[in-house]
Amino acid sequence: MIAVFKHELRSHFHSLTAYVFGAFLLAFVGIWAMQYNLQSAVSNFEYVLGDSSLIFAVLVPILTMRVIAEERKQKTDQLLYALPISTVEVVLGKYLALLVLLLIPLAVISLYPLLFAQFGDVYLPTSYGSLLAFFLLGAALIAVGVFISCLTENQGMAAGIGVAAMLLNYFSVSLSEYVSATALGSVITIIVIFLLLGFLIRYLTHNGNVAYWVSFVLIAVTVAVYVMDSSLFEGLLPKVMEQLSLFSRFTVVVNGVFDLTAIVYYLTVLGFFLFLSVQSLEKRRYN
Amino acid sequence: MIEVAHLTKCYGDFLAVDDLSFSIEEGHVYGFLGPNGAGKSTTMNIMTGCLSATAGHVAIDGHDIFEHPREAKRWIGYLPEQPPLYLNELPEEYLRFVGEAKGLRGQQLREQIDSVIEQTGIQKVRRQCINTLSKGYRQRVGIAQALLGDPKVIILDEPTVGLDPIQIIEIRDLIQALGKTHTVIFSSHILSEVQTICEKILIIAHGKLIAFDTPENLERQLLSPSEVTILAEATADECAAILDSVRHITGRQLEDGGQGRTRLRLSTDLSDVHDLARSLFFSFAKAKKPLVELSVKKANLEDIFLELTEQSPAAAPTEAPAADSQETEAVSQ
Repeated sequence: MIAVFKHELRSHFHSLTAYVFGAFLLAFVGIWAMQYNLQSAVSNFEYVLGDSSLIFAVLVPILTMRVIAEERKQKTDQLLYALPISTVEVVLGKYLALLVLLLIPLAVISLYPLLFAQFGDVYLPTSYGSLLAFFLLGAALIAVGVFISCLTENQGMAAGIGVAAMLLNYFSVSLSEYVSATALGSVITIIVIFLLLGFLIRYLTHNGNVAYWVSFVLIAVTVAVYVMDSSLFEGLLPKVMEQLSLFSRFTVVVNGVFDLTAIVYYLTVLGFFLFLSVQSLEKRRYN
Repeated sequence: MIEVAHLTKCYGDFLAVDDLSFSIEEGHVYGFLGPNGAGKSTTMNIMTGCLSATAGHVAIDGHDIFEHPREAKRWIGYLPEQPPLYLNELPEEYLRFVGEAKGLRGQQLREQIDSVIEQTGIQKVRRQCINTLSKGYRQRVGIAQALLGDPKVIILDEPTVGLDPIQIIEIRDLIQALGKTHTVIFSSHILSEVQTICEKILIIAHGKLIAFDTPENLERQLLSPSEVTILAEATADECAAILDSVRHITGRQLEDGGQGRTRLRLSTDLSDVHDLARSLFFSFAKAKKPLVELSVKKANLEDIFLELTEQSPAAAPTEAPAADSQETEAVSQ
């Protein structure tokens, strides 16, 4: 794992992505800090992070697009499969290298609140609490990006899908106002999601039976619950969309509530997508 | 060293490897021969743990490649068909990564890198970006990578494809040199290459092993009836009369060679076809009929190869996806 980590870190610094990512992140946070803290003389640094979080939706896919896709394109993934290291180590090594790239600009940013505190009254706990949440948000999004990079061997495609997925996630709270809040609408959507889940399982495991049964059982349970008590599904869809948003949870932290569920949610998403990445790589061995 | 038992691999409905079994012993150079799409790359990918098998087992030095990949992979160095190089790195950096991934550290790592660079003859380009290297040098860097970690078995998938004739000779020499210290398995669809380098040949076609022996034995076992072709200055009737006095002729074909000459194709049951040539020479000389051409045709491995691979079930040999897609050259070069 250490070998992959070191190699990956070196190649990021070779290929400018590390610099581009760091520079853009610093530039955006810098611009907002300028706007809020200096020009408007607001002492809350967390608002800066709150507004900068959108930039992750663009920068993270650019950072992660080549991670696996490029290996597949250059056929170097064959080397990784043939080396005496497991796919878990490959994915973790690559992921940790990306986290380092995220930590470097954040280390610089972490000086800002202290700097501002020299000239006014800055409430440091929210500032640093938000910064920690900002890091975890980035870490979760990077895990999503790594998984997307596993799905294709085209870097541009990986970046495109990544930006789309993350923007959708960013706006899902405001979009949730427009989706159907009726029970029937929710049920239909849930059934569609379960079907998609079935296809995903089939794609990943190549085991049709398991996929069909999982879908079938989940859909049957949904329909049964709907028949028994349809009020349970009332307004479910908008609620779920709000809950799924990574970004809206960050807003809660920015507003001064260090929400532990947000932290747990970030770690869960991170773990889940790294797991999917490993499965996706492992699956290629079984094609 | 390597045991392959009842290996089967399906890509969807296509059967790429069909119940393949063989065992590889230590200290030989093995040639893996077969036409395009025969399942060579697929088999090698499975043996090195890059691909799963639909059924069957591969054991490397007693370690199952699927159940104990870490232990098994330590014994193998693998160069896939397309050398897996990171193009924007220096060979040195690349080898350091592979070495570290194979668990080498510090002094040991440096020594091994220097030693494989020397063995593969890439000292001159060790600090030159892989991007700028010629195909031959890239292949060498790929082989250097396989040699790291001191594996007992080196598996090379078509190491000479796409190289120019000089590079091909260099890589062949390298393989021969490696064969002195390692067990080497390499695949090729070029027969002459396998014939000159290998001590044992495995011929596979349509995913099945159809021959596994030394080049000499293969030739001896599968030698087809040998032929003598002559062009004599005599009419067909005169020739027929002379031939009646020669023994051991099992088949004859006479045709007009023009200018009063006759072309004869004769086959024999003699173990040495030259004996027939000798008696033909004396018989014609005795009858004062000059032979203006005389040639002996002996079945060679090329014929055996073609014969064997064509005999196999004529199920449409569609290309195995991904596995053999790079192969463009003709089967019998």
